[in-house]
Amino acid sequence: MAQTVIDTANHIAAYAAKAARVQVIAAYPITPQTSIVERIAELVESGEFDAEYIRVESEHSAMAACIGAAAAGVRTFTATASHGLVLMHEPLHWASGSRLPIVMPVVNRALGPGWNIWADSTDSMSQRDTGWIQFYCADNQEVFDTIIQTYKLCENERVLLPVMICLEAFILSHTYMPVKIPDQDKIDEFLPPYKPKWFLDVSNPLSHANIVSPEWYMEFRYMMQEAMTNAKELIPEIDKEYGEHFGFEHGGLVDKYECEDADLIMLNMGTIGSEAKIAVDNLRSEGLKVGSARVRVFRPFPKEEIRELAAKTQMFAIVDRGISFGMEGFLAEETKASLCNQKDSPLIAGFVAGLGGRDVTFKTIEKIARKSVEWMRRGKVEEETVWVDLRE
Amino acid sequence: MKSAKLMEPIKKLSKEEYLLKGHIACAGCAPAIGLRLLFKALGNKIILVVPACCSSVIPGPYPYTSLAVPVQNIIFEATGAAASGIVAALRKKGVDDVTVVGWAGDGGTFDIGIQALSGAAERETNFIYICYDNEAYGNTGIQRSGATPYGAWTTTTPTGKKERKKDFPFIMAAHRVPYVATACPSYPLDFIKKVRKAKEIKGTKFIHMLAPCPTGWRYDTSKTVEIGRLAVQTGMWALFEIEYGKFKLNPPSDQLIEKAKRKPIKEYLTLQGRFRRLGEDDIERIQKWIDEDWERYHKLASNSTSDLTLHGKI
Repeated sequence: MAQTVIDTANHIAAYAAKAARVQVIAAYPITPQTSIVERIAELVESGEFDAEYIRVESEHSAMAACIGAAAAGVRTFTATASHGLVLMHEPLHWASGSRLPIVMPVVNRALGPGWNIWADSTDSMSQRDTGWIQFYCADNQEVFDTIIQTYKLCENERVLLPVMICLEAFILSHTYMPVKIPDQDKIDEFLPPYKPKWFLDVSNPLSHANIVSPEWYMEFRYMMQEAMTNAKELIPEIDKEYGEHFGFEHGGLVDKYECEDADLIMLNMGTIGSEAKIAVDNLRSEGLKVGSARVRVFRPFPKEEIRELAAKTQMFAIVDRGISFGMEGFLAEETKASLCNQKDSPLIAGFVAGLGGRDVTFKTIEKIARKSVEWMRRGKVEEETVWVDLRE
Repeated sequence: MKSAKLMEPIKKLSKEEYLLKGHIACAGCAPAIGLRLLFKALGNKIILVVPACCSSVIPGPYPYTSLAVPVQNIIFEATGAAASGIVAALRKKGVDDVTVVGWAGDGGTFDIGIQALSGAAERETNFIYICYDNEAYGNTGIQRSGATPYGAWTTTTPTGKKERKKDFPFIMAAHRVPYVATACPSYPLDFIKKVRKAKEIKGTKFIHMLAPCPTGWRYDTSKTVEIGRLAVQTGMWALFEIEYGKFKLNPPSDQLIEKAKRKPIKEYLTLQGRFRRLGEDDIERIQKWIDEDWERYHKLASNSTSDLTLHGKI
């Protein structure tokens, strides 16, 4: 029987690593990720979780140790946040370029200065070009399910890319929610042991990650792009298969809510997507035809789904918990890029909200929706990027 | 371990080669000699971890390699960390007959890689770390490192380095690792013996191999072995081991405690273009530092209650 636990997303991530039968963990503590690595330590030391746990001396070394372990052919896990993630920047590239299926929860936290430990997506968004697959979760159940799903995804020979599972600081990391944890034998059935084709093996000596000249480098990078395309195809399939096994699906690439007849679709990510569903219900009760599309996977970016949504609505209101300074919110940028060369694109307004942990509730989203509806009716977006609730 | 088993006549060494023909090391490259000797010592049941350094270039580019053992190339500062991951994975898989060897240059050890190495040592990671020390960033074209000695020309110290080299083996000894040793490919059997001894000891083993570099040190490519011997004979480089905290000089360094037995450092310095700018006062200063080092080695070798023997008791 599946077991229901009430726990924080961080503890749930630790249980998911155990349920996935991770073999090596290398991690370094950083607020607000700490309760992931603490719970793993308890599970490993109590003997409940049969894994090697390397308490490394930095996040840079955490990822380098994961690279070594994964290259040696075992299922590997780490977790980080914020400054820890950006310290990992170099080995992130090395992990994806080495085509190693490492899974890593990232607790989305603001970057300093000034020091801020609260939710903000700039940490993981600033790593979007590292060749990692990126998922953004809306609740604790999704955190558990996505960790199990993504091992299956990234160990697939058509993918072989590492994955970040992003969850917002405190809003998920430290918030208790009920989560259904399936039986271990069912998880084992869904996720068989990792059997890599190539690994560091004295009976088959291969040189991993050695020098590649201009004659070959582009081909290796092309293969990474292909792998991302393959992932885009596999993610909805695996999500569906998971749903058939365990009863939970999370929308594949994009979790759509009331989008079918919506005049205005609010694009968002993470927990803002959960709040948006409440906002949609409230606005619909007032007769506004509004929907929400939570982009669950940012890399590979679900261009095709965005285009399909664009084709049947009048306007996108895009909410970002982060900004690329000098340009726009991250999701706003990618959405606009996806619509290039498309006929009859909808109006698009970008909203930057909730930086450094400022609350974004359904009320915030309702306000955003009303402003957008006003512009939609006038047929003109008056501000390309609105900073929501900014002090005067 | 009986020393007889560790040290065998050079003619009895394995004929197998795992650094194959076609590698692209410079003529007279000591690290290439060291790699060959490493394989003579351990055979091919090893996994090599190589950061950015000359040895990431020496094997040649994809799709070829001249290394016939599994190699994990890794980013510059991460040898100790990547090796930690491999060691953990092997343990998880129950593989106990494979030795993990970190093979890094001095920049990747003294400077950018010191953190990962220190962490791996503190975690008592079971692997051998060999620093081949050519006293500069060789692969990038001879820039100064924390291992570059006083007075040496490099491309970033065009008038000679103004600071001294870090005393790295003692930094590692301070981690209370079970085995620290120095070596030089000019003394191949000594190096092989130390590598084999390291393999038998559990925990982090650090071997510091002086690696004369004709390209960076500005001497004739035929002189690598001779320069290495002079480094030892002048006492600039001492061959020693620190085994479970106990310091011991090895032949021929154990015969050089008396200053009169050591050749003047000038003989070593004048053979190398990188020291061309040194004045007599610099040479005297370097000689004095060497003599001071030897007073310390002498004390450590004779004093059974030296700080280092407190290994494991603190």
